[in-house]
Amino acid sequence: MTNSRRTFLKASMATGSIAVAIGAGLLTPGSVLAAWPKNAFDAKKMDEALKVLNGMSNTEDSNKITVEAPDIAENGAVVSVTVKTSIPNAENITLLVPENASPLAASYILSKQADGFITGRIKMRKTSDVIAVVKAGGKLMSAKKPVKVTLGGCGG
Amino acid sequence: MANNIKIRAWMGDGGRATVKAILFHPMETGLRKDKATGKVIEAHYITEVKCEHNGKNVLTCLWGPGVSKNPFLSFRFKDAKAGDTLKISWVDNKGGTASNSAKIS
Repeated sequence: MTNSRRTFLKASMATGSIAVAIGAGLLTPGSVLAAWPKNAFDAKKMDEALKVLNGMSNTEDSNKITVEAPDIAENGAVVSVTVKTSIPNAENITLLVPENASPLAASYILSKQADGFITGRIKMRKTSDVIAVVKAGGKLMSAKKPVKVTLGGCGG
Repeated sequence: MANNIKIRAWMGDGGRATVKAILFHPMETGLRKDKATGKVIEAHYITEVKCEHNGKNVLTCLWGPGVSKNPFLSFRFKDAKAGDTLKISWVDNKGGTASNSAKIS
């Protein structure tokens, strides 16, 4: 009894109690962290993903968002995407690829300190638009950039 | 685990810092098959990345399997100065974690 308690305490100190709790199946990562939105990442449609993330899915086109991505991506496994926005008080920037099995690639939650500027690399199964959605002032605004993919990058 | 994240951060104009980081991680989608065995490779990807400036959160990234292997991340933020600390940490879908910090130059 005492021994197993010791081992448990040591393990929690070594790896952090959160990791132990996840490992033991007590908690899913989603419930521990600021709620990683599993439903949004599992969604097969863009609207569903946006609804889970932002509570709404209607987007307006905006010329205050720029999506920079290559015209032709030779390797769909690594497509570099930069999103810039001049919209004040942007709360988050979400990257979506409608033609992927799960359209939601990533969502970046900006603090007040962060600029509306994000660069990342995403996977693309095939030729598709890359859509950036910015949430600000209770509205969703979006811009997109078509990318031609010559070699898909999602496996399967 | 410190080698799992490479960070460079430097000051630009107007008190704004630019950060570039590479997080070493396989980012398996769970859709790929091992060519030799034909078995599906288990999904293994970073779900959340936290970026803190002097202990204060500046950016949180929610990632899915659609982010490339060894993810690259770049962002900018204001109210920074040289010598400040920038910390990046991540958690993956299997409960793995890593973190690293760098001084802003």
